[in-house]
Amino acid sequence: MKSFTYERVHTPAEAAAAAARMPGSKFLAGGTNLLDLMKLQIETPVHLIDIGKLELNKIEHTSSGGLRIGALLSNTDLASDASVRRDYQILSRALLAGASGQLRNKATTAGNLLQRTRCPYFYDTNQPCNKRVPGSGCAAINGYSRQLAVIGSGDACIATHPSDMAVAMMALDATIETVNPKGKVRSIPIADFYRLPGKTPHIETVLGKAELITSVILPPPTGGMHFYHKVRDRSSYAFALVSVGAILQNDGSGRIALGGVAAKPWRSESIEKLLPLGSKAFTEKLLAKARPTHENAFKIKLVERTLEGILKEGRS
Amino acid sequence: MKFDKPAGTNPIDQMKVIGKPLDRIEGPLKTTGTAKYAYEYNELNKGHAYGYVVGAAIGKGRIDSINQYAAKNAPGVLAIVTYENAGPLQKGKFYADKLLAGPDIDHYHQAVAVIVAETFEQARSAAALLKITYTRVKGSFDLEAVKDSAITPQAGQFGPPPQTELGDFEGAFATAAVKLDETYTTPDQSHAMMEPHAAFARWNGDKLTCWCSIQQLNWGVRDLANVLGIPKENVRLISSFIGGGFGGKGTVLSDIVAASLGARAAGRPVKLTLQRPLIFNNTTHRPATIQRIRIGAATDGTITAIGHESWSGNIAGGRTESATAPTRSLYAGANRMSHLRLAVLDLAEGNAMRAPGEASGMMALEIAMDEMAEKLKIDPVEFRIHNDTQVDPSNPTRNFSTRQLVKCLRDGAEKFNWKRRQAIPGSIREGKWLIGIGVASAIRGAPITKSAARVRLDKEGMITVETDMTDIGTGSYTIIGQTAAEMMGVNIEKVIVKLGDSAFPESSGSGGQWGAASSTSGVYAACVKLRESVARSFGFDPEKTEFSDGKVHSGNRSVALGDAAKTGDLFAEDEMTYGELSKQYAQDTFGAHFVEVAVNMYTCEIRVRRMLAVCQAGRILNPKSARSQVVGAMTMGVGAALMEDLVVDKSRGFFVNHDLAGYKVPVHADIPYQEVILLDDVDPTMSPMKAKGIGELGLVGVAAAIANAVYNATGVRVRDYPITLDKLLDTIKINA
Repeated sequence: MKSFTYERVHTPAEAAAAAARMPGSKFLAGGTNLLDLMKLQIETPVHLIDIGKLELNKIEHTSSGGLRIGALLSNTDLASDASVRRDYQILSRALLAGASGQLRNKATTAGNLLQRTRCPYFYDTNQPCNKRVPGSGCAAINGYSRQLAVIGSGDACIATHPSDMAVAMMALDATIETVNPKGKVRSIPIADFYRLPGKTPHIETVLGKAELITSVILPPPTGGMHFYHKVRDRSSYAFALVSVGAILQNDGSGRIALGGVAAKPWRSESIEKLLPLGSKAFTEKLLAKARPTHENAFKIKLVERTLEGILKEGRS
Repeated sequence: MKFDKPAGTNPIDQMKVIGKPLDRIEGPLKTTGTAKYAYEYNELNKGHAYGYVVGAAIGKGRIDSINQYAAKNAPGVLAIVTYENAGPLQKGKFYADKLLAGPDIDHYHQAVAVIVAETFEQARSAAALLKITYTRVKGSFDLEAVKDSAITPQAGQFGPPPQTELGDFEGAFATAAVKLDETYTTPDQSHAMMEPHAAFARWNGDKLTCWCSIQQLNWGVRDLANVLGIPKENVRLISSFIGGGFGGKGTVLSDIVAASLGARAAGRPVKLTLQRPLIFNNTTHRPATIQRIRIGAATDGTITAIGHESWSGNIAGGRTESATAPTRSLYAGANRMSHLRLAVLDLAEGNAMRAPGEASGMMALEIAMDEMAEKLKIDPVEFRIHNDTQVDPSNPTRNFSTRQLVKCLRDGAEKFNWKRRQAIPGSIREGKWLIGIGVASAIRGAPITKSAARVRLDKEGMITVETDMTDIGTGSYTIIGQTAAEMMGVNIEKVIVKLGDSAFPESSGSGGQWGAASSTSGVYAACVKLRESVARSFGFDPEKTEFSDGKVHSGNRSVALGDAAKTGDLFAEDEMTYGELSKQYAQDTFGAHFVEVAVNMYTCEIRVRRMLAVCQAGRILNPKSARSQVVGAMTMGVGAALMEDLVVDKSRGFFVNHDLAGYKVPVHADIPYQEVILLDDVDPTMSPMKAKGIGELGLVGVAAAIANAVYNATGVRVRDYPITLDKLLDTIKINA
């Protein structure tokens, strides 16, 4: 861990201003990911801005009938909120499929969105990794890639985004609200929030350098049946091989978002109209541009079969 | 005391304390966090500093340069030790690895430096500033690729002869009515114990004390003295509590050497622990194997030919994974062969992990037996029973001392409701779940070795036992206390057990599941001597003296035990040594594992639903701690079957998934209902305790039973562990 300075801020604007003032700073919320990465010297902020005391841990109903979720609400509190459990079950299920009870108590909504990848080469500072050290290369592409991305990746990086919550947020069409150092508020649809790696895999979102997430807004409930099936190598406490979040309506329509396949939760609204044709036709189209490695090609079939199970359950 | 003829009746047979399911006597210390582990001896080491071990950044090659400037000048740094200033270092006698590398690098994360600083954070931060440049050389990292270069190794200290033949295997196999010839693979596995390797070293002049976490203090003293080039007498090791070892902490590894060198360089006590991501490539692991099994049988199921070959790799001087061991003893068959081969691999050292040899070998053999049973159209339990033997099949003039494999299988089948199993795979379904049941036999050697102890009686009638035996979570404290209590006729509360200090008499240590039987026998020997001096102190004939209820009885006289120490404590020390019984008899432990799994028809996720182990392991000294050992081992078997896999990056030469997020072991949610049946079994050929080990037996065969259950559920035969869902995905049909 590199030495760093630390300050605690009291308003979101103050936080953004502090970040603008101190290049190389990072916001600290739950710290469940950042502190681990700092200990391994994968993240080396020179300054930490502790936003833990900001009043961003509420969950409120919006005037349009949706929910406004504070950026600092813990994953545990979000998953157990009565409205979420009733109207946004996919979100509750996705959260509870992630991490462990202890981590969810500490981890926050915004922090969950901004988790770094769990690619083992990203975690080993002796290995080249374009995400950790831009331009150093990617050891994963010809290395151990079983867990890694099959679509939307390129020659620079095949890391996946590890979040379960973000997959549900994608299916729910969440909007991410931010504030910048000038106090300007911005709303970013989650579909536009994450960037694919391209040649700059170290840049993972569209957030500006000193921009702070203040809340995540869910539109009014969609109804339908909610599913979140996370498939992994053990029953709990493991990142997804693939996960399938689904909201299915009685008329056969639905929304599908995937985790564990790309650098962001993977969804295509235009392809969702194919859903009534079944999981095979849908998955073939959704993952048509997949470029898996020989180690992770199974993920495509796994998505198709997991979805088939969900559709079967939805029909019965 | 020398044990050279089968034990007759002795005080242990009273089973007043021995055989009782007593709670662990050190349990409250552990549950209250007051049991002291190696890293926690701060107050005995005032003014200590912290060490941090730096691992090599390449798989194979050499160090070109080390620039210490930035690290040395970092805040709080007291010393930096590398091969350049460590002085001459030798190897230990058990591990082949060089524990401080340089200039040659033998494997990834081999220790190249230890940084000593005032605080842990300063040491860690400075470690990142140490600039080391390397030249990579081409290494050998792929077992499959170097398999054909493997040679027949020399016989090792442990494990079977590398190459054996009996009868005419090739001829019998060629003419067998029903044959199997298959290849199975097991991956590299990590011990992944809870407590990382840790050491707290303090020099006093040329004398070194090291609080550490190792299983064999006697080997540790020998090896540390060897490595540092100092007399054994100058080394004292203390391992009072060990947070799991599983063979991964046999003796001295890089943590102890680094702490010792760091403490010498800094002139202060130094503590350090290997950071978790370093452990997988720095320390030892269970090596991967490629195994070919050939079985030939007559149509009635009688095995006529059985052959087992296994290939593994290791660094130069490293040992061979003796996967063929169980096949030499488990089933009858007049014509047999086994062959171990060893290739050079430039990965971390392969060495002992719980049931070395048997665990890997039975992962293969017991799938092969399931496959043979199916070819023969015989029930897998019956097929195994049909090929039972009461003589050592590799040396038919020799009997097993005790062998109840058939009872293990029969009792288990009855208890598990084996009848529910359908011979045709994929026959049982519950909704989206495909249900299957599998079985495997278990066998693990019952080694026993010399072990000494000292016992003391005080005037309150308290017995204190001292031996350098370790408790690696197995329950040594408790069974040693039970042994002394039984021998001296007191209850367990009257016994104080002190373990894990090399200043105490030399014990067996913990390894190869020999610790329980060996160390309690040493305590038995010491207690026999103490009984004699107690009897004499009262003027009793030791032959006609009985010890019970805290009293000593002879004829119609009865005296309080403590009275023997009225004028001063009584001491006795002795060592149990062994004659030829282990050569005259095949001494093994046996078991049977039954498993039910459910496989998700869509995703192919595998969930273990029920497990049963039936074990025959000599006299059970404490059914509670014995059961815990078996339950833990069964859990480890679930890991071996379904998830544990140190993945080799074959171009960069290292285990990639080197942390506990990447190297998966079972979590609670993976573990179902587990049941353990311990058969009555006393083995008078072992020692006066008539006991054997059980901690490793519980693992052997578990993974194969799961593999067989997966096959029974799905019809997919996976011969390459671990059985992950991607290996089923192409074959399992969705039948909604």
